[in-house]
Amino acid sequence: MSSQPIIVVRDLHKHFGKVEALNGIDLEVERGKVVVIIGPSGSGKSTLLRCVNHLETPTSGEVWIDGVQLTSHSAHLNEIRAEIGMVFQLFNLFPHLTVLENVTLAQQVVRKRSRDEAEQIAMQKLVRVGIPEKAGVYPGQLSGGQQQRVAIARGLAMNPKIMLFDEPTSALDPEMIKEVLDVMLDLAKEGMTMLVVSHEMGFARAAADEVLFMDGGLVVEHTTPHDLFNNPREDRTKLFLSQILKH
Amino acid sequence: MPQASERPIEGASALAPDRRGTVGRRLVDLPWWLFAIIVLILWVGFIILTRPNYTEAFERVSGTYRGLAGMLSAGILVTIGISLASYLIAIVLGLITGLARMSQSLLLQNAARTYIELIRGIPMLVLIFFIALVGVPAVVDLIDSTGEWLISLGLTEIGGALTRVENDSIPMVVRAIIALATTYGAFLAEIFRAGIQSIGKGQMEAARSLGMTYPQAMRYVILPQAVRNILPALGNDFVSMVKDSSLVALLAVRDMTQMTKLYTGQSFRFREGYIVLSILYLALTVTLSLGVQAVERRLRRHE
Repeated sequence: MSSQPIIVVRDLHKHFGKVEALNGIDLEVERGKVVVIIGPSGSGKSTLLRCVNHLETPTSGEVWIDGVQLTSHSAHLNEIRAEIGMVFQLFNLFPHLTVLENVTLAQQVVRKRSRDEAEQIAMQKLVRVGIPEKAGVYPGQLSGGQQQRVAIARGLAMNPKIMLFDEPTSALDPEMIKEVLDVMLDLAKEGMTMLVVSHEMGFARAAADEVLFMDGGLVVEHTTPHDLFNNPREDRTKLFLSQILKH
Repeated sequence: MPQASERPIEGASALAPDRRGTVGRRLVDLPWWLFAIIVLILWVGFIILTRPNYTEAFERVSGTYRGLAGMLSAGILVTIGISLASYLIAIVLGLITGLARMSQSLLLQNAARTYIELIRGIPMLVLIFFIALVGVPAVVDLIDSTGEWLISLGLTEIGGALTRVENDSIPMVVRAIIALATTYGAFLAEIFRAGIQSIGKGQMEAARSLGMTYPQAMRYVILPQAVRNILPALGNDFVSMVKDSSLVALLAVRDMTQMTKLYTGQSFRFREGYIVLSILYLALTVTLSLGVQAVERRLRRHE
């Protein structure tokens, strides 16, 4: 195990036209750590996450994954992306494929695994997220929580080194949030490196090693969940926490 | 007395409009237009069977008088064959152009756009003449001079083969297919583009985040969904293609329309010829349209 951080972000800027979404982010994530990013909407949380696997091309700055720098023209970009699972707010399952096919497709196409091997791994991951019995159905027949768990299984089936979660529970009905968070908690306990954009403070308290508070495209505060929630240093953090913890 | 009799009537009238309503709605829902067209086709079919003039017109227009082998080079099978061949090529052309239109490369984007706008801006009739009589010969000249250039480079075998390509060796049927395919390729490109753009951005992002390349994501994730969405539009365009294939008669290709021109020119039986021709096109297109609708219904049920 190398001691270098598995994710390194240096002076990252991202502009959308005149809108500056990220204004110089520095971040290091150690292997096996869970980092939760919180912040008001428009603070650049999702953009930061999407820059980590270059779904958004940064305007300037560097992203290093496991010692390899990502560039937009890198031939290795696809290889690196295969090492980074991503879970989206709106699940983004492939609706024309069954649950099993959703989880096997990239294994076969990207990892070049045989169909049998891919299906075997897919079933393991579906068992892990608790819905092996849904392997044969289409995503449209599943609840939101089930779809999100399939999306997690789809990412895990690639045996990623890192999992990114972009507000994974924001589109879910309240009664389904727990089933997704439970899966994520298990993953965290097993030592998966996770970068999570979420408003679930309970999850941050229970699973996060570090919490990042972002505002205006900058990291305002980066500390342990205990410190951030109990004695935030910055006024902006205090204001944000008072707003979301009010009810 | 009136009161006693009013009650049951009131009760009945409360039910009756409902019942009349559903029967009425069922009658409205029936495809009367389809019945009308089927009756028309059957009626003309009956006339064709019973009146010698029409029987003859049908045999000449459809090519059945020449037997099955003869029909392959003249008549209804030429219409169907040209439509199918042109459409298959047009689909390939349309898919490539549609993808180029959305490409990151400015060159590809503009090349595709130029092709589409050129085709859209010129009447189909003119295009068919132009492609068959100017475009194809120009390409043949280009191939010939490429062949000579290759010979001058010492590649005599390939060069010789290329110089032997001659205008006469490309029959009008092939030129007609090239012309129709080129024309429809531009239309289908826009359908493919719309279909691909109808798939949410998240699908491409999910595929790419798993490490798929752009072509892999297109092939396994985007296109299967896009094609399902545009299947009805593609079907409707095939119906149009069958109708527009009648334009190839102007290149003296012996499709149904050309056979009708030939027959009526000799016999002066314009009424018989063109009634039979119209009914044949109608029978083809109505059948195809119903097929398209059936496919559409099945897709909708699947969702």
